[in-house]
Amino acid sequence: MAPPAQSYKSPSPSQPSGKGEVSDLKLQLRQLAGSRAPGTDDSKRDLFKKVISYMTVGIDVSSLFSEMVMCSATSDIVLKKMCYLYVGNYAKGNPDLALLTINFLQKDCRDEDPMIRGLALRSLCSLRVANLVEYLVGPLGLGLKDSNGYVRMVAAIGALKLYHISAATCVDADFPSMLKSLMLHDSDSQVVANCLSALQEIWSLEASSSEEASKEREALLSKPVIYYLLNRFKDFNEWAQCLVLDLVSKYVPSDSNDIFDIMNLLEDRLQHANGAVVLATVKVFLHMTLSMTDVHQQVYERIKAPLLTLVSSGSQEQSYALLSHLHLLVMRAPMLFSSDYKHFYCQYNEPSYVKKLKLDMLTAVANENNTYEIVTELCEYVANVDVAIARESVRAVGKIALQQYDVNAIVDRLLQFLEMEKGYVTAEALVLVKDLLRKYPQWSQDCIAVVGNISSRNVQEPKAKAALIWMLGEYCQDMADAPYVLENLIENWDDEHSAEVRLHLLTAVLKCFLKRPPETQKALGAALAAGLSDSHQAVSVFTDTQNSEIKDRIFDEFNSLSVVYQKPSYMFTDKEHRGPFEFSEETGGLSVGVESVENIAQRVDANDNDLLLGTSEEEEIRGPSPDGSAYSAPAYDAASISLTSSHTQSEPVISNSSLPTYSAQTSLAIDDLLGLSLSSSTTSVPSPPFLKLNAKAVIDPGTFQRKWGQLPIALTQECSISPQGAAALTSPQVLLRHMQGQSIHCIASGGQAPNFKFFFFAQNAEASASFFLVECIINTSSSKVQIKVKADDQSTSDAFWNLFQSALSRFGSP
Amino acid sequence: MISQFFVLSLRGDNIVFRDYRGDVPKGSAEIFFRKVKFWKEDEEEEAPPVFNVDGVNYFHVKVAGLLFVATTRVNSSPSLVLELLQRIARVIKDYLGVLNEDSLRKNFVLVYELLDEVIDFGYVQTTSTELLKSYVFNEPIVVDAARLPPLGPAGMFMQGTKRMPATAVTKSVVANEPGGRRREEIFVDIIEKISVTFSSSGYILTSEIDGTIQMKSYLSGNPEIRLALNEELNIGRGGRSIYDYSSSAGAGAVILDDCNFHESVHLDSFDVDRTLSLVPPDGEFPVMNYRMTQEFKPPFIITAVIEEAGAFKAEVILKVRADFSSNITANTVAIRMPLPKYTTRVSFEQEPGAVGQTTDFKEANKKLEWNLRKA
Repeated sequence: MAPPAQSYKSPSPSQPSGKGEVSDLKLQLRQLAGSRAPGTDDSKRDLFKKVISYMTVGIDVSSLFSEMVMCSATSDIVLKKMCYLYVGNYAKGNPDLALLTINFLQKDCRDEDPMIRGLALRSLCSLRVANLVEYLVGPLGLGLKDSNGYVRMVAAIGALKLYHISAATCVDADFPSMLKSLMLHDSDSQVVANCLSALQEIWSLEASSSEEASKEREALLSKPVIYYLLNRFKDFNEWAQCLVLDLVSKYVPSDSNDIFDIMNLLEDRLQHANGAVVLATVKVFLHMTLSMTDVHQQVYERIKAPLLTLVSSGSQEQSYALLSHLHLLVMRAPMLFSSDYKHFYCQYNEPSYVKKLKLDMLTAVANENNTYEIVTELCEYVANVDVAIARESVRAVGKIALQQYDVNAIVDRLLQFLEMEKGYVTAEALVLVKDLLRKYPQWSQDCIAVVGNISSRNVQEPKAKAALIWMLGEYCQDMADAPYVLENLIENWDDEHSAEVRLHLLTAVLKCFLKRPPETQKALGAALAAGLSDSHQAVSVFTDTQNSEIKDRIFDEFNSLSVVYQKPSYMFTDKEHRGPFEFSEETGGLSVGVESVENIAQRVDANDNDLLLGTSEEEEIRGPSPDGSAYSAPAYDAASISLTSSHTQSEPVISNSSLPTYSAQTSLAIDDLLGLSLSSSTTSVPSPPFLKLNAKAVIDPGTFQRKWGQLPIALTQECSISPQGAAALTSPQVLLRHMQGQSIHCIASGGQAPNFKFFFFAQNAEASASFFLVECIINTSSSKVQIKVKADDQSTSDAFWNLFQSALSRFGSP
Repeated sequence: MISQFFVLSLRGDNIVFRDYRGDVPKGSAEIFFRKVKFWKEDEEEEAPPVFNVDGVNYFHVKVAGLLFVATTRVNSSPSLVLELLQRIARVIKDYLGVLNEDSLRKNFVLVYELLDEVIDFGYVQTTSTELLKSYVFNEPIVVDAARLPPLGPAGMFMQGTKRMPATAVTKSVVANEPGGRRREEIFVDIIEKISVTFSSSGYILTSEIDGTIQMKSYLSGNPEIRLALNEELNIGRGGRSIYDYSSSAGAGAVILDDCNFHESVHLDSFDVDRTLSLVPPDGEFPVMNYRMTQEFKPPFIITAVIEEAGAFKAEVILKVRADFSSNITANTVAIRMPLPKYTTRVSFEQEPGAVGQTTDFKEANKKLEWNLRKA
């Protein structure tokens, strides 16, 4: 069999569409379609190969669709596979034509050969055409029950593919529960792994809209499932092991025996040659021992050697991924790595992204014992041909100097850098010397002697120039020519484009003037004049230092891209692409609906990170509710009790009438809000309809989030709570309980004194589709409350506001 | 989980392109290539193996002059994806015998077939050459390895190809020998990367050996293999290790800092007599990786004397001494020296009588190269 003709090897840009060739192929395929002559398959293979090679280089061969399908009636498996590949690629764009393929794919799904069954099923599920999903359900159902592991393995992923095309079809066909039972019982480990992957995806996507799904999602992390998977651990291939380990890392062990059992079982995974397995294991170890300080430290000791081995045994790229993780660990516990500093020495042929990480680590692990050697090594890099690394090395030396170990030796080295006569080294060194002098003024004598020799003309980089100018100003009494150098610089004010340099110049001249007035007077005048006519606006730049919260977040996301990018995942992934359980990690709990609540919080206030999950409180509060069950409330009981009557039990209940029970003041408040004149309002405005709230209202976080996104704001209000109320609000829970008593439920809350933030909801007892959503921000020190209300039924929002406000106003009063 | 996998030539041509999940736009290969080619972020000139453009994460490894790339939108494990890319490259090599642009282009249909079985909807299924054999039906079109230019002596220090190219191991695991008969062969290579830093006075500052025992089996019937290592092999240093029972190690003792093993290796008798037993799977794989910093005599010692011979000229005298017995020869020795970036011209002067030596000045990356065929 001949390879495809050489001419197709590299399509040149001169034949961008390949139109002529495509129509040629079309003809040839047509001729072959009906042919039964011997050797037909071979010629078909050649043609198919050409088609696929066009497809690969981006030529559109979708016009061949019907011909390809016609040719697909064959028993040759290689041909079939090529045809499947083609069909999978173009079906989405040609849904009508895709229908043509259904027939033969369905037939192949019933083939005797399990290989063909599997392949056909995989292709069938890869069509990605929404109106064909009905044809998938049957074959998938059969596939999941197939006697052959390969077919089941394909079917498990197939069910997931179906879910992505049409979630409802997948759920209605009850595939998730079939996957679950396969996961727990199948003899083929890859089937188990695929079911797990599929279920993780399906249930985390479903969780936002179905409480059942989020329970199922949590069930994956339950002890029986985790132990079941761990007991079969050795059956899994290395990739499936990674999958399971990732799941295990989210499992919350019940006690320390649990932890040690798991760790002992996984201990030998640290010796694995696959870095992904090792890192996944490391994650399990680190996360499980977080609360046990000494064991946690032992884990560090234990994982060090395997990680270092992997760093040096893999490719550069793999080393980089591992080093990034090592970097994170070193930054968390530099002391534990201080004797391993030699492993972080750079090798000449390493790419700069690796060197950079290593320099960072060298800086971090420097302490009294190794500073000398580390600095010596770093000084070698300063002479490196790679400018970026040389700069980075100077900075590293400087950082170590600022850490205060053995400053003496380092200052000498830095001063040598100044004399190296390489522009970029001098520049970096100048900045460092400036920082150093700010911290250790006692070194000024030595430094100024050297700095004085540097001609300002040789310093071009703004940062370095600014540093030099600062030193000229600060130590002008020690540098004889300081005023004159400054004067020169001021003369060239207009050529100086950096605002930073100009600012430093101004202050330096002023400092100099205070110490050596006669010599500087002229320069100062010039500087002030120049400065006044300067149109530049100095822009202050905030240094974005990584706060510890972010670092912890990254640590939570160990063994993921967050570590490589040194950013938590929310900074670089879209919401819909976040992995399963990602948000549960944030709150440390496993509560339902965390995800969506978090999303709301982010939409409303992107910076408000400390929103707590409301669900746990919600459940806690639901407990003591009248009949103890939140879901099966009998119709007769307090389910539709009016808000006022439920709270003011000592007073006579007036709930049978439709009379408003509000005080005059409250009505005035509404009138005020509506912009009606006070004088006429009391009589002319119809009383707000009496509103009853459902005491057992339930809304799932997904719906809440959706509604919050869709509904307009019905009301925005500011009010006060009583001082007693403010004092009583020590934690969000207190208010939650209070509001719960008023049939206003909390879905998410967060914050710490004095600022608290709540998301409440309530349901109209008479119209179950009518919900009220509230965002409420309370400042306890000023007793001020900011409230936003959204409602399904806008006409009732005022009445709701009354209830809400009166409920809130009673908070704290006995 | 990954969304797409593709292989690009160094010119940026798509050789293989497979979309698994359809959630990353089609133009990703171009976006990726442009980004890598013109990388200029953070003062660095080389793109890191992992980066993010518009919410899409790109992973790549370079193998045999090709870029193996994966994309994803989710926050996956970088190690997993990079390891996977490396593994895909190895599987393809197992099948094709030789991995390069030419062999890949000739066999792209086979490669697609492999890719379909290796990954399904972004989830890794298997990367075992052995298992894949039963799913893959295309036959490789073998490229003639003999006509290939050698990978270059430095190849073994580059990533991916950790061994010297030898024609014997460039045959496919599935292709039949001409004549239809298979040779029962197994190749075991020990590859060590020795890194030594000397001070200018010749004193050793750091030294480290990273080694791999690499195996490639063509044995039929998958028999069990036992691999006996030096019995005086210790793992772990400074009493940290549980293996450290003979701290008064004799002269022949080898102390490894640490090591790891391929998943097929059974370590049942390793603690007793340092024997590894394994049933080698088809294809090439590392049996064991190890690392040691125990003191050793470096095989070569290089001394460099630099003298300024005028304002714009410097003289460098490089000397290499081979520190091993004369009945051992070293093949393809290469010496490289980075030069200042304003170097314009280099002239070489070799010792009289030098045979099989070449010298070169690589203008593009300002490097001096001195190659010796034998030492």
